[in-house]
Formats: sequence, C-alpha cells, structure tokens
Amino acid sequence: MAKSESELTWKDLELGCIVTEPGSARQYKTGAWRSQRPTYDFKKCIKCGICALFCPEGCIGQNDDGTFEADMDYCKGCGICARECWPRVITMVEEEE
Amino acid sequence: MTTRVGIEVSIAIADAVKLANADVVAAYPITPQTHIVEHLAELVANGELDAEYIPVESEHSAMSACVGSAAVGARTFTATAGQGLELMHEVLYIPSNMRLPMVMTVANRALSAPLSVWGDHSDMMAVRDVGWIQIVVENGQEAVDNVICAFRMAEDKRVLLPVMVHLDGFNLSHVIEPIIYPDQAEVDKFLPPIKYPLPLNPDRPVAMGDFAPPVIYTETKWAQEVNIRDSKEVVIEVWNEYNKAFGRQYRPVEQYRTEGAKVILLTMGSFSETAAVAVDELCNEGQSVGQIRLRLWRPFPFEEFRAAVKDCDILVVLDRAISFGGPGGAVASEVKAALYNQTKRPKIVSFIAGLGGRDITVSGFKEIVNRGIEVARKGSPNEYEIYGVRE
Repeated sequence: MAKSESELTWKDLELGCIVTEPGSARQYKTGAWRSQRPTYDFKKCIKCGICALFCPEGCIGQNDDGTFEADMDYCKGCGICARECWPRVITMVEEEE
Repeated sequence: MTTRVGIEVSIAIADAVKLANADVVAAYPITPQTHIVEHLAELVANGELDAEYIPVESEHSAMSACVGSAAVGARTFTATAGQGLELMHEVLYIPSNMRLPMVMTVANRALSAPLSVWGDHSDMMAVRDVGWIQIVVENGQEAVDNVICAFRMAEDKRVLLPVMVHLDGFNLSHVIEPIIYPDQAEVDKFLPPIKYPLPLNPDRPVAMGDFAPPVIYTETKWAQEVNIRDSKEVVIEVWNEYNKAFGRQYRPVEQYRTEGAKVILLTMGSFSETAAVAVDELCNEGQSVGQIRLRLWRPFPFEEFRAAVKDCDILVVLDRAISFGGPGGAVASEVKAALYNQTKRPKIVSFIAGLGGRDITVSGFKEIVNRGIEVARKGSPNEYEIYGVRE
C-alpha cells in the first residue's frame, strides 16, 4: 500500500472503494481496543494450537519453540483463547495491571 | 423499424430488457410490477433471453443477488414497487457506493398503512438518498427507451452507478400503449457489452465492501457525491446519442409551453400528460401557463431547472407523496431549496394530490393551477395545500 488510510484523499480511492491488494487489514491495528490482555505460563503449554484455531482475530502465531502467542498489535483481548486453553496456560489480566 | 405495436407497458419493459441482453435477472414479484419480471421469467424459460433468472425469496434478497451479479461484471436487472422497494432499502445503498452498475424499474406504488396497491410517489421519495441515478418516465415508450438508456448510463466507465427508472404503477405498468420497439441490431450498436473494470475474479482477487473507519469514511462519501453529480453530463450525453440513433430526445427537465409563461406547473410521471392537456386549455382560455416535468430526479438537474423557471412569476409544484410533519412534498422542498439563493425567483406554491391511486383530472389540474395563482397572490397560512381531500 502506497499510502496509509489517514493520508488518502477522496481522489486516491479505488473505484467503489475496492481493495485490490491483499493484506490491507494488516495496517489496521486493533490492539488498542483491548481492556484485558492474555498472559502466558508457557511451562504448561502442550503446543496443541487450539488457542490459534479459536482466535477470531487470527492473530495467534507459533513461536520458534512451538508455543503459541498472540500478536499484541492485533489482539483485542476477547479472552476466547484463555477460555479454550484447557491446560490453562493463558490468564487474562486487566490492561492497567 | 418504426412499426407501432399495442402492448402492455410491463411486457414492453421486459422486452426492452431482452433487447438490452441482460445477463442476470433477480427479482421477486410484487404488484404493480409483477408483469415485468413474470414476462422476463417467460423469456428466459423459453430460451428467448440467454440470462440467469434468480427467483429469490424477498426483495432484500433480490437486491443482494443483484449486488453479487453486478460484482462479477454481469449485466443486471431487477424490478420492484412500493413495499418491495422498502424491503430492499438497506441494500440499495450498497451498489451506489460500491459503483456497481445495474438497472431497476420501479412501478411506483403507495406505501402501507393502510394497504394500497395503487400508485403514488411515496416509494420513490423514500429512496431519494440512496445514491442511485433516478429517471422518471411518463409513458410506455419512454419506459422502453429509458430502460435501454439506463444500462448504457449505468455501465459507462465515467459513471458505474445503479439506475432506477420510475414509472407509475397501473397508470403505466398495466395499460396497453402503442410502442415502437427499437431494432435489435441498433440496440446492440447503441449498447456495447458490459465491461466492468474490477470484477470479482479468482485469477485477480479483489475485496469489495470492506469497512471504512472514521479516518476514511468521509472521503468515500465525497467521492460518491462527486461521482453521481458528474454523472449528469453522461446521462445527457446518452440521451443525445439515443436521439441520434432512434429519434426520440430526452432531457433532465422537459419543458412544455414555458416560453414567456408567467405561471409554470411542475409535475413528475404519467400525470404530466393529463396536466399538459390542462395547460393547453388554460392557454386557450388566455392564461399564461406552461409546464415543466422533472425527468431526472437524481442527480438533481439544478442548472437546467433554474434555467427553466427563471422567467416565471409563479411555480406550482405537485407532489404525490407527503413528508409527514415536514414542509410539504419532497419535490416542492427540493425546488424551494434549489431557488432560495437565486436573486430572481418565482413564488412557489406546493400541492399534494394523487395519493394512493386517486386520479387528478384535467379540470383538477386547472383547479390546482388557479388555486396556486390565488395562493401566490394572497398568501396562505399553510406550507402546502392538499388537493381534493374531503373536509
């Protein structure tokens, strides 16, 4: 993307606001919406990836050691990963803590 | 090919869609529009029109299917009326901002409650702001011609917008009129195959209908406004081209006996022809009366309208819908707004009549014009008058 959304004028818009390049959602960082954030006790992680499967934002990726972790630029703090993680690796905490 | 055939206007409209060689028709039947899509279903079933006919479960679905169809670059048509147009309402805003060309005929009908299948312009006025180009026709020939023109306007690369063609329910949709069918080869020449520039295509993926946060929404809306405003030039160009090819001229504001007229009556739709007879009679009786008909409702033809009324003293406006608790009819509101900043402007008198299929006769129009002249001279305590209501 040549320009970010805040730089685009009305004349820069593609026909019908059609998005012609994939991956534009990457620019839209939703992490600031969060009121809670996930914390991890990685010792308990069995690397099953169920958190990543359930994440509605698709922002959970696998670390080099095989554990899973959310990208905090996009994590909205919904807590679904913590609810689904049955070994209880993930605990949601208030952002201000 | 100038043979006239006597045919129901709805059937002729369906035949015009066939002449335009539509690819997709997605529609739900509703009175008084049913005969249009019914005949299209026959044409597709008989193999006379090579198109996909999608019988959907509601008008909301009809318009949604049309959005999808236009998005893959197919020539798309639907038709509706009254409650059906209202059920579509939410979806109508989608193709106009997404720049998806399609054509819809609306057989104008009053809105419930109370239930009325008969004609007025309530449905048309309720969709004023959905961002479609909107054309109003007065007879069957105009409906046929403008359906063909509408496809070319919609699909022009400078426009790429959906177009509504309004025709009065029953008064036009269900009457048999003499129609000149344009020749297929001539229509093919006038209306080249659709070439939508960014269709949905797995080989070249695009995303349509994404969301716009506050940082960009205003820009998208201004782009849309400039787009429809600029479309007027193309609308006029297409009508001029149509005249060259087929010999019938259409204009954003049609004028009748307006030269030197002190009083002008403004009408829209099929009642305009009855009103024209009243204008003739008033002129014969020595009055200075002319008529203008708004053909292009959106984009509103400000320049053409102002030029048409610049020399008259009194403008009598007929609306066939009420803006409840508001300043009168939507048409009168708009023409008042269009003239407010003009240094020389006529007195404007607003009438509402012809609701829910009630007729306005020639003598009725004469009464409206005469009462308009009286109100303009003496003033009135009301924003508008309703004609013909039993006290």
